[in-house]
Amino acid sequence: MSVAEDHLARSASRAPGHAAAGGNVLSLRNLTKAYERGKPVLREISLDFPARGVVAIIGPSGTGKSTLIRCINRLVEPTSGAVLLGGTDLTKLRGARLRAARREIGMVFQEYNLVERLSVMENLLCGRLGYVSLWRVWTRRYPDEDIARAFELLERIGLADFAVRRADALSGGQRQRVGIARAVMQSPRLLLADEPTSSLDPRTSVEIMELMRDMAAERDIPVIINIHDVALARRFASRIVGMSGGSVVYDGAPEGLNDDHLTQIYGRRETGGWIE
Amino acid sequence: MSTPPSDIDQLRARAFAPDWRLRAVWLGFAVYVLYAAGQLNFTWERFVVGIDRGATFLGRMFPPEFVRWQLLVEGLLESLQIAIIASAIGILLSLPIGLLAARNLMPSAVTVPARAVIALARSFHPIIVAIIFVKAIGFGPLAGICALIFASIGFVAKLFAEAIEEISLKQVEAIRATGATFMGVVIMGVLPQVLSRFIGFATYQLDSNLRNSTMVGIVGGGGIGGTLFSAFRRFDYDFVCAILIAIIAMIMVGELIATWLRKTFQ
Amino acid sequence: MAQKDLSVTEIATIPPTAPIWRRFSPLQRMARFAVYLAVVMALVWSVRNVQIIPEFLYDAHNQMADLFTRMWPPDLAYYPTTVHGALIETLHIATLGTILSILMAVPIGLMAARNIVPFRLVNEFAKLILIASRSVNSLVWALLFVAIFGPGALAGTIAIAFRSIGFVGKLFSEAVEEANSGPIEALIAAGASWPAVLIKGYWPQVQPAFWSIALFRWDINVRESAVLGLVGAGGIGLVLDTAMNFFQWTRVATVLLAIFAVVIMAEIVVTQIRKRLI
Repeated sequence: MSVAEDHLARSASRAPGHAAAGGNVLSLRNLTKAYERGKPVLREISLDFPARGVVAIIGPSGTGKSTLIRCINRLVEPTSGAVLLGGTDLTKLRGARLRAARREIGMVFQEYNLVERLSVMENLLCGRLGYVSLWRVWTRRYPDEDIARAFELLERIGLADFAVRRADALSGGQRQRVGIARAVMQSPRLLLADEPTSSLDPRTSVEIMELMRDMAAERDIPVIINIHDVALARRFASRIVGMSGGSVVYDGAPEGLNDDHLTQIYGRRETGGWIE
Repeated sequence: MSTPPSDIDQLRARAFAPDWRLRAVWLGFAVYVLYAAGQLNFTWERFVVGIDRGATFLGRMFPPEFVRWQLLVEGLLESLQIAIIASAIGILLSLPIGLLAARNLMPSAVTVPARAVIALARSFHPIIVAIIFVKAIGFGPLAGICALIFASIGFVAKLFAEAIEEISLKQVEAIRATGATFMGVVIMGVLPQVLSRFIGFATYQLDSNLRNSTMVGIVGGGGIGGTLFSAFRRFDYDFVCAILIAIIAMIMVGELIATWLRKTFQ
Repeated sequence: MAQKDLSVTEIATIPPTAPIWRRFSPLQRMARFAVYLAVVMALVWSVRNVQIIPEFLYDAHNQMADLFTRMWPPDLAYYPTTVHGALIETLHIATLGTILSILMAVPIGLMAARNIVPFRLVNEFAKLILIASRSVNSLVWALLFVAIFGPGALAGTIAIAFRSIGFVGKLFSEAVEEANSGPIEALIAAGASWPAVLIKGYWPQVQPAFWSIALFRWDINVRESAVLGLVGAGGIGLVLDTAMNFFQWTRVATVLLAIFAVVIMAEIVVTQIRKRLI
């Protein structure tokens, strides 16, 4: 099955869900997180994410970007507020239903987070762990279509010859490609990326961003990216959310982001360094 | 799906090439386990009977009987004495033997016999060494002490030799260049580099000797082990329980002291 | 002494409050001194109180020499008839005991690992089991299981297994706690169930440590299982005990040689396998 067919088939099957969510794949309502009592890292964040396009969240480190993105799939437990994915509040879910919700959200990490001692192929199939029965996982009898799709994706990310290589034999850029492919393997309705380029050199960073944008667009998956690099954010995002001190201080098109906003987000002293 | 079945088999084989050698090893291993279990005459029936007996056995162990506490304290103190004397002598003897076994300082004519002694001392469980000493020099703590000295050499001398082999030879050369005698080189150039690690080995060995000193009595080497063994023979299981509790308590206290010592000498 | 060589100006540059460099703080020095004192006192107390018959001590080397003369030459004919079978039994006990201990130690080790079970109470309970296992010597475990299962290799195997739980479980739980949390997070984010995270996230990471622990413990168990026979728990110790009770010293020598050989062999096997695995 070609990529295009795949895309068509899946967007058709998803149509009713979209309607229910009223055009937004994800809505955050008054999301608050405090690791310590009385010191919130996120303050009452409310945001809506449409069903397509790339949204970049920018802001200095320590401002809660990473916490925000991890609250969405509850790698971090929010203190209060709601995370609505297609109308379901993820903060209310437990056990199997939480896992079922998580598998619909792909995630790409700063440190790639591949299982180093497994092959590239097995790392890709790790994206299917939420779908495949434990017995099949244990015996590595993954379904035919999963294996076929994994090979297609390997082809797509240009690592077709690396299927049986161990993940720790890859370079940083190659690992992040595998990381993206693993997230896409989940057939997610939303892709999260937490500083996906911070551990990479500038050129590889651009390649990774292009790959992520294109793969998401081919499959009609909306993307939310945490990124501290404003230039990359401007280049690849269709919308930018600026965060400072745990609150949203800018939300709009990349073109609307001016120096005043950046000063507000990053503070005055660093402004010179951030604006090219 | 559009991928024909034969292709998918090919892909699957490419993704997870079956490792026949690994499978053969596992199969062989499984066969061995079944064979060995058969050889040792393990049967489910024996196991079930045993579990049943174990329950009554445990029932007879409780409550532990501390009435004969004098016997208990006597045994523990003798074990402690055995451990302390054996550690002191064993560690002192390990210094020269470890030095002789260090291949970066000594010619092979010296290291080979020294290493043979260490290998011999390491290969035998302290209890086996103890039983030989008991047969040779008679019952009592002396046999236990000799056995644990032997065991200490096997462990401490080996690690000491390895520590010396890892030292930097530059310092040794520098001291040798001043015209120091061999002993001078050892004392000024070698010992300072390995002493802190040596103290670690020594406390570890003290701990280990304390554990074994409670056991050598089972074969007549003195200490609480003898009391334990005779209590077992007389089916005095409540006293057995008391002795075990006392031993475990002493070992845990010993472990705490050893940890504290290591911290003090860090 | 060195200060004599310093010129007046140099001395002037040293601030009056410059700390005098000492290797240890006064408290540390006190603690060390106390330790030395305690060690010496313990030694003196032990030597004065231990019940050693002086004649035994002075005669010890003669007695040892005498014993070794009586052992020579080893009765090698005894090996094929009796020693060999017992030696194989010892190896079986060591191997099966190690496997059994791993089966029991892995769940307990997982319970003890704080990143697997986030309940402090469970961690501590599992650690208590591990400590209890290590604090009881294999001979005592053997005595207990001989009383339960009767004399024989079954008691020995279970004794070895119980004795090893503490060692295997402790090292295994430490290996699990050291596992990198990044990949684990990724698998959880993919919606993997808890057992799937264990299989695909933790297991690949702890696998090298696991094999290393298993081999290391097997090596120790080969040594340990050689003594079990002394209390009737099967293996070569039984043959040793019989030969000693009948004063057949040349046979004792054969048994000792056999034990020595098998222990060295086990060590070589372990080093070889480890080289290939890691």
